[in-house]
Amino acid sequence: MYLIYLTKRLIMLFLVVVTAATLNFFIPRLSDKNPVLEKITEMSESSAPGSVNMQELLVIFNERFGLDKPLMQQYFDYLGDMLTLDLNYSITSYPTRVADMILGALPWTLGLMVTATLIAFLLGSVLGALTVWRKDMRLLQFFVPVVMVFSAIPFYLIGLILIYFLAYKGGYFPIGGGYSLTAFPAWDWDFISDVLYHSILPGASIVVASIGIWALGMRGMMVTVQGEDYMNFAEAKGLKNRRMFLRYAVRNAILPQVTQLALFMGQLVTGAILVEIVFGYPGMGSLLLQAVDYLDYYTIYGIVFVLILAVALSMLILDLFYPLLDPRTRSHRA
Amino acid sequence: MTLAAMVSTERQPKKLEYLKGYLARNPSLAIGIFMVGFLILFSLLGSFFVDERMAQPLSALPSQPPGLNLLFGSDTQGRNLFAVLVYGTWLTVRLGLIAGAIGILIGGSLGFISAYFGGWTDRIINFSTDVLLTVPALLILVIIASAFKDGMTPTMMALIIAALAWRRPARQIRAQVLVMRNAGYVDTARISGAGPFEIIFFELVPNLMPYLVASFVTAVSAAVLASIGLEAMGLGPQNAPTLGMSIYYMMNFSAFLLKMWWWIIPPIAALIILFVGLYLINTGLDELANPRLRRRA
Repeated sequence: MYLIYLTKRLIMLFLVVVTAATLNFFIPRLSDKNPVLEKITEMSESSAPGSVNMQELLVIFNERFGLDKPLMQQYFDYLGDMLTLDLNYSITSYPTRVADMILGALPWTLGLMVTATLIAFLLGSVLGALTVWRKDMRLLQFFVPVVMVFSAIPFYLIGLILIYFLAYKGGYFPIGGGYSLTAFPAWDWDFISDVLYHSILPGASIVVASIGIWALGMRGMMVTVQGEDYMNFAEAKGLKNRRMFLRYAVRNAILPQVTQLALFMGQLVTGAILVEIVFGYPGMGSLLLQAVDYLDYYTIYGIVFVLILAVALSMLILDLFYPLLDPRTRSHRA
Repeated sequence: MTLAAMVSTERQPKKLEYLKGYLARNPSLAIGIFMVGFLILFSLLGSFFVDERMAQPLSALPSQPPGLNLLFGSDTQGRNLFAVLVYGTWLTVRLGLIAGAIGILIGGSLGFISAYFGGWTDRIINFSTDVLLTVPALLILVIIASAFKDGMTPTMMALIIAALAWRRPARQIRAQVLVMRNAGYVDTARISGAGPFEIIFFELVPNLMPYLVASFVTAVSAAVLASIGLEAMGLGPQNAPTLGMSIYYMMNFSAFLLKMWWWIIPPIAALIILFVGLYLINTGLDELANPRLRRRA
């Protein structure tokens, strides 16, 4: 039974990735724009007149990128490349491989996104759980509707507000960038603290904007859990309030939250991209923006493919680990 | 007097009263409608005072702070920022409405067809929706928009966004129709000899109306969200003064470093009012569509 489920999930993953890659390939081909031609025009404009034979270059470039082959042939080559994680060369910064550009940017994005998301997840879940558990705390009852309204505002707009008040007006934080211009990238405390300092505002905007999502979900689940028989049983046994809260209520209510976490990965990725752009943070978002500005299709292909793969994989991993977290789903399948 | 007549005379004059009472019990719907209504009214009234051409570059002295002539000042390229806000708000709302309407039309039809006919039709539609829902929409939209960036118009932008706006409505409406398909009145209609389309349009759609409206608002706010995201990346219509493009220019021409607060605040404020308003309408409609969530009067 589990094997059938596993194969089904893997087929789904494969189809999602192939569909995305197919859209990724064909949509830019519908445009009449030719990034190679643009690159060559730019090259000939920036060098001495007559020194660049455009016709010859066009042929060479087309051959290099495989653009002279029939479209279907190109499509299958491309699919093969993508599935073996060969992301080709960037057109704009030609000798650089797209994979290297992505490897340089990915740690920034992952570091920022994963940390901020986990903080938001923990804070939001605790907040949501406490609003149900501690009806006597007035401030809490007021707080949750407010953070829920925040969740309606996209990450990057909250980022802009934070920049406006805390960086531009207050001057407490830098307006943007991943680290100070004067800092020297190295694995020492000075640089790391500088990076952390620069990541506070972008991180905070993700936390502020997504905390409400987790608080709302947790609140709903806690209300359901509170009506369960085992809660009455725990109370009848005379368990301490704290133990009832953590071991009985939260432990059961948190499971759907974890599923939500996987479903939100896609949204988080795209949201984080715009946060990075707003803050000029040197991650995947800024890389994508550059690629889009110069219409560097291979870089766009590569970034989009890697992000989609990351989202699909994280959902798969969560799906596969879920039975370990929740024994009930295991017994269903047996 | 028959009972039915009594009920109808009772209800007719109180319709407005009832609506008022309902809005009082559902404050989030009321506040949401007020916020979005305020924005639309602002844009409508504003258009009597400023011309659309004033939202284009070089229509005013560049980098002017707010004053009597330029209510919201101007940016470094000489756009009258009041005009940008007036027309940008309208363009954004219009885009949301177009994309949302197309999304709900296509998504709704797919949902109805899929749930009503079942079998292989259902399996194929449901599976494609599943696959497309997993793909982060904004990334696909980025590819589409970057391919068609030059010469893009706000209407084209709306169509691009609509290309992915049908997924969620399709999923939601399918789930609702699946529940309703086996209701007693549908069986009655079927036995009376009604065809599938008759049943869908005369039995199911009217009963799903509150739900369809709620789905529509969700689709509109998702479309606005996506469009502003794309525009903030510079992928929107280049010659239209949309709110997202305004944010893009503001970031790209470093309004923060130039300390031009009048360039920064208005588009952000307008967007926040719009997003929060749509969110509140959504929450309110949710309550309308799912009476179980309704508070006791």
